[in-house]
Amino acid sequence: MKKKQSRRLFCMGSVCLLAFSLAVPAHAKKLNVVTATTDMAALAQEVGGDRISVESIAKGYQDPHFVEAKPSFLLKLRQADLLIVVGLQLEIGWLPPLITQSGNARIQVGANGYLDASQFAEILDIPTGTVTRAMGDVHPLGNPHYWLDPDNGRRIAKGIAGKLGDLDPTDASYFQERYQDFDKRLSAAEQKWDAEMKPFHGRKVVTYHNSFPNFAKHFGLNVIGYVEPRPGIPPTPSHTIELIGFMKRENCKVILVEPYFDLKTPNSIARETGGKVVQYLPSVGGEKDVTDYFKLFDYDIGLLTQAFQATQ
Amino acid sequence: MKTKIIWAGIAIFSAIPLWAQQADSSPSSNGAPDVAAMQQQIRDLQDRLILLEGQVRMLKGAQQPAPPAAPAQGAVAPSATPAPEVPVAAVTATSDQNISLGGAGGSAAKALNPDISVIGDFIGAAGNGTVPPLAQQTPFSALQMHESEVGLQAIIDPYARGDFFISFGEEGVDLEEGYITFTALPKSFVVKVGKMRSAFGKVNTMHNHVLPWIDRPLATTNLVGGEDGIDDAGVSIQRIIPAPKGIFLEATGQAFRGDSGEGPQSVFKSWQRSNVSTVAHLRSYKDVNESTNVDIGLSYARGYNDFGPDFLTNLYGVDATLRWKPLRRSIYHSFIGRGELFWSQRQQLPVEQKAFGFYTSADYQLGRRWFLGGRFDRSGRSQFGNLTDQGGSAVLTYWPSEFSQVRGQYRYTNYAEGRSANELLLQLIFSLGAHGAHPF
Repeated sequence: MKKKQSRRLFCMGSVCLLAFSLAVPAHAKKLNVVTATTDMAALAQEVGGDRISVESIAKGYQDPHFVEAKPSFLLKLRQADLLIVVGLQLEIGWLPPLITQSGNARIQVGANGYLDASQFAEILDIPTGTVTRAMGDVHPLGNPHYWLDPDNGRRIAKGIAGKLGDLDPTDASYFQERYQDFDKRLSAAEQKWDAEMKPFHGRKVVTYHNSFPNFAKHFGLNVIGYVEPRPGIPPTPSHTIELIGFMKRENCKVILVEPYFDLKTPNSIARETGGKVVQYLPSVGGEKDVTDYFKLFDYDIGLLTQAFQATQ
Repeated sequence: MKTKIIWAGIAIFSAIPLWAQQADSSPSSNGAPDVAAMQQQIRDLQDRLILLEGQVRMLKGAQQPAPPAAPAQGAVAPSATPAPEVPVAAVTATSDQNISLGGAGGSAAKALNPDISVIGDFIGAAGNGTVPPLAQQTPFSALQMHESEVGLQAIIDPYARGDFFISFGEEGVDLEEGYITFTALPKSFVVKVGKMRSAFGKVNTMHNHVLPWIDRPLATTNLVGGEDGIDDAGVSIQRIIPAPKGIFLEATGQAFRGDSGEGPQSVFKSWQRSNVSTVAHLRSYKDVNESTNVDIGLSYARGYNDFGPDFLTNLYGVDATLRWKPLRRSIYHSFIGRGELFWSQRQQLPVEQKAFGFYTSADYQLGRRWFLGGRFDRSGRSQFGNLTDQGGSAVLTYWPSEFSQVRGQYRYTNYAEGRSANELLLQLIFSLGAHGAHPF
């Protein structure tokens, strides 16, 4: 008799347990996504919707090469289910110790919760010969500023949607739907941007750092030089004089500067060449109202078309 | 093997556009819709090619520039006609590659090599730098290749990473640090095993080349083992402790064999197996705002000293750091203010010696390449608690690039014996290869 009762109790218990374990996924907490930069956060948000919470370590107006590995970031990383990095050694100076110290097995390099977004994107400037630091702070795996091409944005979003579905299979179809929707909206926006930029196809520009090749390729601009003599090396007088001469010969009037660089040298180049300095945004969040991936292109294309018209 | 599969994959994909073109060429007279469909197909193929390139990059590992990806790169240009030929070219490029590389010594093997770096630290000194016989400071010679630090760092397996820092001094080789870090432990514990600089305070954890000065503060020289510091073989366990209001709280507990510091700078000495030393550290950190933060730590260390097997040394430390770095101009301006206080209780005969020492320092970044700093020092000596040395330094640093640094330091020291020293130190630090980032 007693045995029967205990067996019944056991059955009831296991039924309850089963019901509980089935009920859990329905109430599953949001996937906790941490990204290295705001652009990855914006793309993750597009496909993740309200099923994920996402936060970026770097701010949009900050030089992504030189982020400080603050312990407060560890508080975010130790809770993360997924870490999305830009890769191509952009974060090499600050992210590795954060990952190691996070004590979070899910996001260690190679673990399921570590996603290098560069694998999805078209990468430019991959050095073919020997790489030495005589070239400055060259990225031996290619240019890591690849997100400024809407086609790459689409590819990255697709990759993130797949990864989110892996981590949370119950919402996989939701993420795919969100991606399809993003794809549609992006294609529509792309048509508009392409049309806005079409009159300026082939125009020559100079950028401060080499963080513009994907944008230039997509919209048919021609980057003819850099304010930095070599990547990561601050401007030198001799290089600046050379660049001014070159810009005059090439009739190049637009100097693009990332928001984290000093404007002194670009301004003096603009004075000498009769050009215009455009403080463009390489990342979402560079200005307060640039809050998503679409607004980033709206903002930059707005600035560029204005500058091109003004320097016709 | 994996790369072979990938290239086989690329070969298949390269065949698809050929087929696609043939399939599409017959009804193309139908006009615009077919052209649009073809364009779409080309776009899809482009995407797939880029995805494959990405996978190849990932497989090639972090060390190798991916040479076969480069020829394919130019081919992804939006022009439709040459598209079918390109992947073929890519395949030929790789088959050449395979032949020249041969067997085991191929690029795949190199990709798993650890990150290797060498940091050179050259120091020159001028002025009167004689040190009284009982003082613990070691003077710098006129010119010396003070240290060549070789770093070997890699991820070991999915559960751990390894870091080695081998320091070649002028006289010998020393394993400065060499440890495994277990990164995938349950309950967010991080465990290190090996030889490491202990977590006692701030300066003790730093390698020479990341210090904001050429020398180390008097208080660390007199009380905490100087340049070697508390650096020993043992085990370290650390964990973040949940705390309210965005405060970062981390506790570290370490146990070592019990040997730290050498000669007059000896801190702990292990006379027998049971003479282990222990270090405990509690760190709290808070962001005041996005550009300012405060970092405060408490440290404790205990071990046997070189006076004899029954004589203990207890060390207590407090450190405080204020950092400021405006994010929009983070590469141009920053400020770090720091102070560390140390108390030493050393059992010895005839009486226990109690000594106190501290330093305070401030460093301001004037521009992208220039840093200006100062430091004030005052410290008793561990074996002579009533003898107090005092000093001060002014430091100017110039960075030609991220990878080299020139520094000048004027140092004034007033020793307890009444003798004083005025020195000018010059340092050149240069870094080769991929040196991993240091903890904040």
